[in-house]
Amino acid sequence: MNEYTLKVRKRTFKRESVLGVIFISPWIAGFLIFTLFPVLYSLYLSFTMTGEGGHLKWIGLDNYLRAFGERDFWLSIKNTLILSGIGIPIAQIMALMAAILLNVRMKYQGLFRTIFFLPSVVPAVATGLLWKWILNPRLGPINGFLEELGFSGPGWLIDPAWIKPSLILMSFWGIGGTMVIYLAGLQNIPDELYEAAELDGANSRQRLKSITLPMLRPVTLFNTIMGIITSFQSFTQVIIMLDMDGGIEKSGLVYGLYIYTNAFRDFKMGYASALSWVLLIITAVSIAITMKVFKDRDK
Amino acid sequence: MTKINKSRKTTVYIVAVLLSLLFIFPFLWMVSTSFKTQDQIFDAPMELLPNPFVTDAYRELFTETDFSRYFLNTIFVTGMTLLGVLTSSSIVAFGFSYFKFPAKEALFKVLLATMMLPAQVTMIPQYMLFDKLGWVGSFKPLIIPTFFGGTWVIFLLRQFFDTVPKEYAEAAKMDGANELKIFFRIYLPLAKAPVATAALFVFLWTWTDFLNPLIYLHDDKMYTLSIALHRIASGTHYPNWPVLMGGSLLMALPIIILFFTSQKTFINGATISGIKG
Repeated sequence: MNEYTLKVRKRTFKRESVLGVIFISPWIAGFLIFTLFPVLYSLYLSFTMTGEGGHLKWIGLDNYLRAFGERDFWLSIKNTLILSGIGIPIAQIMALMAAILLNVRMKYQGLFRTIFFLPSVVPAVATGLLWKWILNPRLGPINGFLEELGFSGPGWLIDPAWIKPSLILMSFWGIGGTMVIYLAGLQNIPDELYEAAELDGANSRQRLKSITLPMLRPVTLFNTIMGIITSFQSFTQVIIMLDMDGGIEKSGLVYGLYIYTNAFRDFKMGYASALSWVLLIITAVSIAITMKVFKDRDK
Repeated sequence: MTKINKSRKTTVYIVAVLLSLLFIFPFLWMVSTSFKTQDQIFDAPMELLPNPFVTDAYRELFTETDFSRYFLNTIFVTGMTLLGVLTSSSIVAFGFSYFKFPAKEALFKVLLATMMLPAQVTMIPQYMLFDKLGWVGSFKPLIIPTFFGGTWVIFLLRQFFDTVPKEYAEAAKMDGANELKIFFRIYLPLAKAPVATAALFVFLWTWTDFLNPLIYLHDDKMYTLSIALHRIASGTHYPNWPVLMGGSLLMALPIIILFFTSQKTFINGATISGIKG
């Protein structure tokens, strides 16, 4: 290789680098302005409070310490963990069962899949309003139906003990998105595995336990993590159904709502920023625990 | 796909039909309520069929609230977002796929990592930034950031661009085409399907977005459908359910129509977004 070609190569390399950076520059700029700067500034804000004249005052860890002494902080964490801890596993099992059901070769299979998936594209605001109406204790169809059977239905969203079950019940209507991912996972399992198991005389329960579930493990892990992220940030449907305080006795005060009201109703930006970092940490820890549980079970 | 015997199949059918009825019932209830009168709701709440069948709720939406304006606002925000996200993301995705430059893969990892970041962390400083710029209360905070690329779309399109054979570009280069031409004449036309998938999901996310319009739109004239419905619902102590259900249905309708016309793209996209992590 002589010096000339080396120079040309160097020049084309440089030209290519420059062009590459130019093409991705919108994202780089956006990343710096709308992500990196906000992340760093949010961390800084979490150590400050808005003092007189709107000036930020450095208060060290006070926001975090104040949160730990606040009743609503713990309540919103508890509510979120209960809703996630009960809602996510049941939703996973239901989505998986629906996927297995709709993986059976049959007529109208496409139609059934459409019906199951459709609710998950309905706008969250519309879903929230619709379920608030369906769960109406006096005029809603669920209690109306129960009444016709001779039972008196619960107060749903106006009974603090029933607020969480109501929210979980509504979330089942949206399992279609998770179901579709399970269906894709099921279709990736090679038929030969089932054929071999059948030759060995395995019944359907054994096939489910020793082929389907283990083969779906990565999909289940993924769906669980997505469930955690979505559930920890849940906000829209709750505010639509229960308003800003999370309903009677704040029984539906979820963490996303707690951050929102502190930031945009009370304008406690420093405190709300500290809350958002706590959310980030709780989410990361929960995901790490989930991954570890899945890994340990693999051994 | 599982194959099973006939008696089992009957059971599967029955279960599938029953579950489908459960899943479809809320829709029917929404449609039926929107055509009922307030009187029927109180006097005979359990009747599924509206009796009398009235369109009062829809008339009320368009006369007593500014529903057509909310529709246009939502179309405007969604349209601008589509324009912003799709143009910027396809250019960025091409940059990540076509060129070699230092730290490229590291930067792409950063991009993937930002998808995991909870919106709550960036939401407050972003608000303060837009407040400083005087943008709060306008459409700008909803639209301008979209021109800097959407991470999911960049990811999706880069995956696709990586599969385009390099020979295509080499051949075009022989004919004297520069990189911009290669992008517009070769890569972009090939990417119709992934761009359509991206467009569909960006449409879905923007059309239904609640949190951002809630934070930034304060003037009733600028409300998008999700905020308008929220305000109509929380405005009175006794909600007018036919109006609320009619409004919800109208808001969901464009998405439901899109869903039926491009179901495959929807389901593939849901699976891709599932596999992305």
